[in-house]
Amino acid sequence: MLRLEKRPNPSKTWAYMAPVLAVFATMIGGGIMFATLGKDPFEAIRTIFYDPLFSEFAWYYRPQLLVKGAPLIMIAIGLSMGFRAGIWNIGAEGQYIIGAICGAGAALAFYPAQSAFIFPTMIFFGALGGFVWAMIPAILKTRFGTNEILVSLMLVYVAEQLLASMSLGLLKNPEGFGFPGSRNLQQYASAHNAELWTGTGIHMGVMFAFIAVIFAYVLLARHQMGFHIRLTGESPKAAKFSGVNPKRLVVYCLGFSGALAGLAGMFEVSGPSGQISIDFNVGYGFTAIIVAFLGRLHPIGILLAGLLMALTYIGGEIAQSSLGLPSAAIQAFQGMLLFFLLALDMLTNFKLKLASAGSHP
Amino acid sequence: MKNISFSLRKGEILGIGGVAGNGQDELLACLSGEALRPQDRIKLNTMDIGHLAPNARRALGLLAAPEERLGHAAAPDMSLTENAMLTGMVRKELSRSGFLDWPRARAFAQEVIETFDVRTPDAQSAARSLSGGNLQKFVIGREVLQNPSVLIVNQPTWGVDAAAAAAIRQALLDLASQGAGVIIISQDLDELIEISTNFAALNAGCLSAARPMSGLSLDEIGLLLGGANAAA
Repeated sequence: MLRLEKRPNPSKTWAYMAPVLAVFATMIGGGIMFATLGKDPFEAIRTIFYDPLFSEFAWYYRPQLLVKGAPLIMIAIGLSMGFRAGIWNIGAEGQYIIGAICGAGAALAFYPAQSAFIFPTMIFFGALGGFVWAMIPAILKTRFGTNEILVSLMLVYVAEQLLASMSLGLLKNPEGFGFPGSRNLQQYASAHNAELWTGTGIHMGVMFAFIAVIFAYVLLARHQMGFHIRLTGESPKAAKFSGVNPKRLVVYCLGFSGALAGLAGMFEVSGPSGQISIDFNVGYGFTAIIVAFLGRLHPIGILLAGLLMALTYIGGEIAQSSLGLPSAAIQAFQGMLLFFLLALDMLTNFKLKLASAGSHP
Repeated sequence: MKNISFSLRKGEILGIGGVAGNGQDELLACLSGEALRPQDRIKLNTMDIGHLAPNARRALGLLAAPEERLGHAAAPDMSLTENAMLTGMVRKELSRSGFLDWPRARAFAQEVIETFDVRTPDAQSAARSLSGGNLQKFVIGREVLQNPSVLIVNQPTWGVDAAAAAAIRQALLDLASQGAGVIIISQDLDELIEISTNFAALNAGCLSAARPMSGLSLDEIGLLLGGANAAA
């Protein structure tokens, strides 16, 4: 008989061990899943985790980890602030899309002029777009007490429709031979989020992701706002006693995560993706939720978790082409990471005890 | 909360007695600033503070210690250092332009631990690892060491062992003798009889007029608690 006993102090060893164990558990679980699909589990796991880092083409894949990881890390950093305070922004995907639309729109408004001011303007509007989209659930929550999970999630679908509308209407490329989609921003020099070091693909967004990690770390550890966020999440009554204004916190957290998601969207659309198209968004806003929890809502953890998740994306793509693994299997794999982590996380606060049937509970 | 009216002088200990559920928590919330109501009129040294939030009141010297130790007065999973930061940020200058001074907070927590004999391995232990009495000593001690001009405590010694309870009561007496005004909301009549200067009874949200403790007999206290002589 297994019993759970609450620990007097949260266990620090388990806090670090849980994500590591979750990865191993996922490898085992994923291996079983791949075996039932008829693929060699060891080869599949090796392809996903080992090949991108150490195979003969790893020199190409390794910088791609940063490129694929940057939007995940940026969005997850923003989300983690809110999650720590119990403010659940599930609509980061929508904020990502709106940020991309606003950033691209700002750039295309200047087309074909070339200027050094265009890219900074895009950054501003990308962040602003995501911020405003996140303000909808924020204001509804502070004014009417509506659930931000539902509102932000529903707004993802609205944002997707807006994306389609922009691709077919306002932002459609007049020289695009009638195909849906905006002009390709990679060909518009002032708007192009170009790689900073040739051959790596590492762009400005990667730099911003690192800045976001550092910013979040300092905020949580040394700043009053970070303390208020942590306090609100742990003990809302004590937070109020301490003087935290819960409505203001909702606005700050949702606004911050919206702005970061919007920025990520803007960097993606002007860099690796290139244009506003109907299927521009690939689910980074949702995967970032997994990254945030896998990183234990801690900035450094999120950095590592983002790189790990990028690894599964890249490894997953290799596995799709070389092993014929379906892409849905990779998504299931990523989901497994999250629930193994949440299950193992319980062990930081509870001890597992073997109790014989007749013992005192 | 229906009709509450009282005044507190420097050095006075006002004991507010009453069985649980008569508005004690609400009274403390109104005084601490957690429940802001425009029609409240609270004056501190003739200054209107009814509209001020908790930290603004702390800056003016009005401190409070709620009844619920874990979850209200202290965050259970946070360390004692962080819990010292919880209320000490303002008066102990633990925050400079938004950035927190953790070494100073730790020193403050250590000071509380030493002054009030809080039994705990160190200031980094989680609040939930302390026994009830030790946590209460920390909670009260944290407020006392911030030099309040007014301190309001709700059930300061409930669930606390005798030695710790005596230490807490002595701390409150010492605080009042140094010139602070103290309000003790308590169900423990013995405690109120022991240390209050004046006594008032809280019944169904109404506060009776305050009377000097020395002249009150147990019968009169009983009547007040039952609702007689409630303030008009």
